[in-house]
Amino acid sequence: MANIQYRQALNQALREEMRRDENVFVCGEEVAAWGGSFLVTEGLLQEFGEKRVRDMPIAEESIVGLAIGSAMAGLRPVAEIMTINFIILAMDQIVNHASKLRYMSGGELSIPIVIRTPGGGGLQMAAQHSQSLEPWFVHVPGLITIAPSTPLDAKGLLKSAIRDDNPTIFIEHEVLYTTEGEVPDGEILIPIGKADVKRSGRDLTIISYSRMLQVVIEAVRSLNKEGVQPEIIDLRTLKPLDMETILDSVKKTGKVLVAEECWKSCGIGAEISTRIMEEGFDYLDAPVRRVSGSEVPMPYNKDLERSAIPDAKKIIDAVHELIG
Amino acid sequence: MKAQSSLLKELYRKMLFVRRFEEKTSEMYVAGKIGGYCHLYIGEEAVAVGALSMIREDDYCIGAYRDHAHAIMKGADPKRIMAELFGKVTGLSRGKGGSMHMFDRGKRFFGGDAIVAGELPIAVGLAFAIEYKGGDEIVMCFFGDGAVNEGAFHEAMNLSSLWSMPVVFVCENNQYGMGTPVAVASCEIDLSRRARGYKMRIDKADGMDTLAMREVSKRSVDYTRSTRKPSFIEAVTYRFVGHSMTDPQAYRTKEEVEKWKEKDPLKGLLSKMKKEKIISDSELADIESGVKREIEEIVKYAEMSDSPSCSELYKDVLK
Repeated sequence: MANIQYRQALNQALREEMRRDENVFVCGEEVAAWGGSFLVTEGLLQEFGEKRVRDMPIAEESIVGLAIGSAMAGLRPVAEIMTINFIILAMDQIVNHASKLRYMSGGELSIPIVIRTPGGGGLQMAAQHSQSLEPWFVHVPGLITIAPSTPLDAKGLLKSAIRDDNPTIFIEHEVLYTTEGEVPDGEILIPIGKADVKRSGRDLTIISYSRMLQVVIEAVRSLNKEGVQPEIIDLRTLKPLDMETILDSVKKTGKVLVAEECWKSCGIGAEISTRIMEEGFDYLDAPVRRVSGSEVPMPYNKDLERSAIPDAKKIIDAVHELIG
Repeated sequence: MKAQSSLLKELYRKMLFVRRFEEKTSEMYVAGKIGGYCHLYIGEEAVAVGALSMIREDDYCIGAYRDHAHAIMKGADPKRIMAELFGKVTGLSRGKGGSMHMFDRGKRFFGGDAIVAGELPIAVGLAFAIEYKGGDEIVMCFFGDGAVNEGAFHEAMNLSSLWSMPVVFVCENNQYGMGTPVAVASCEIDLSRRARGYKMRIDKADGMDTLAMREVSKRSVDYTRSTRKPSFIEAVTYRFVGHSMTDPQAYRTKEEVEKWKEKDPLKGLLSKMKKEKIISDSELADIESGVKREIEEIVKYAEMSDSPSCSELYKDVLK
């Protein structure tokens, strides 16, 4: 058992999968000599060489297109899009191609690609570099969307995603890269589509993912001191959504708060609250509440940015209102 | 000489097959058997027949949405192509793709892409996999004149040349992107020049002459196969029918269409064969009736096939 950073955990996952399967390769902007803009691919060039660790031009559509084409012909690419903000330039390849080629071909093709990309705000990167666009991908059939919150999940889920035969959007978080957590030695595979009950509780269920999950844990520490016992669910995979785990918890607590960094309109919380209403209305003792990112382009100023991203206080306030 | 004459006859038969297939498709569309967007290749037969007759069976092909001829030429079963048009479960894509989305992985035919220029970055990916595995296959990638103005075209051209990837890019310049003439969409009307700056071999072919297409394609294919570098062919051609089945063709004159029909690739090859006394009237009649019979069988197969069951709806979204 070692205490390692989120980015190191991802790096281990890539190394192990590249050692295991020679068809796995890494491509993207600055992934080779630089070692990745957030150092996730550090040292891979030295270990695996230029053939399998490919720096690419700043041309996102061709990064994803290359991944799709090579996957059609039997390779297992892991493409890095430097930040989720730039993935917009590759949306045609992701939405019109990767997600649909299997279905459109009647199952003739499979597209085993992983697109890794960091999202989120909190580092004063301003409006074009701070977005949480995960709902865009969750909307599209034919894609798997993963957003881990801990080093352990980051490693185990990335390894599973690389072995999975479907196109996967693997969303990391810029603020999480240097956070540490325990990762056991040896092979770790975390199943795709399975949420994790982080804390067992009785008073309400707090559902979150990625960096917001860490903020939730911080908030729950304070709440515990007041005697409030929330159950915490880390979604880990945003699609397919683990409704079984969510509903089991709602049965127990009757109250739900979703904490998300993305915008509220058509966000992850919108989907979860609707699904709970559709599938577990009778378990609810109160309407589902959401704490979401403020619906503004992210401001640069530190204080303004802080007020645009949910923090522990906002979560605690929402819990108080919810449990009365 | 005998080999040459049987080759010409075979090329003629293939072009005739594509034409009759597309004419039948048009008829079936009007009869309501085929739905959606449907883009026919009538007039452009020399391009796919010429170019794809110059690659190997294990080479890869990917193209755009006007894809019936390319699927046929890459060896896909025409019965299953027609069945796909009919939306039947026996179709190449089990009735889920339709006219614009033909795929046959076994024949290394990868579509069937209906986003203009969307197939170009994917073609580079196919070539990357070939190089990764150390193969000697190549990729032939088809797209229309409209694609050269898309960003994906330029990203793919740059990357394929930068990384030295074996792709033969074939620009099927049929003069119009839907109804917009090349001159209204491209700053340079000589589209072969749009590939300049990417350090690749560039050629231009008369896309109304399948022998010219073959000659130019051979040069390009040989070059790409041996050097493992990309090459570019502009095939100058023309479609005799509308962009799709729902095109009133208000953007061009009948005179223009008639003028291009003088260069009909089938007529051109036939008159050459007649002039050189390669083909007799009875041989020609045999070819015609043979193709007609085949097309009838194909339609019968599509008609007789089942539609996908409702349980197919959620199948193959994910693996």
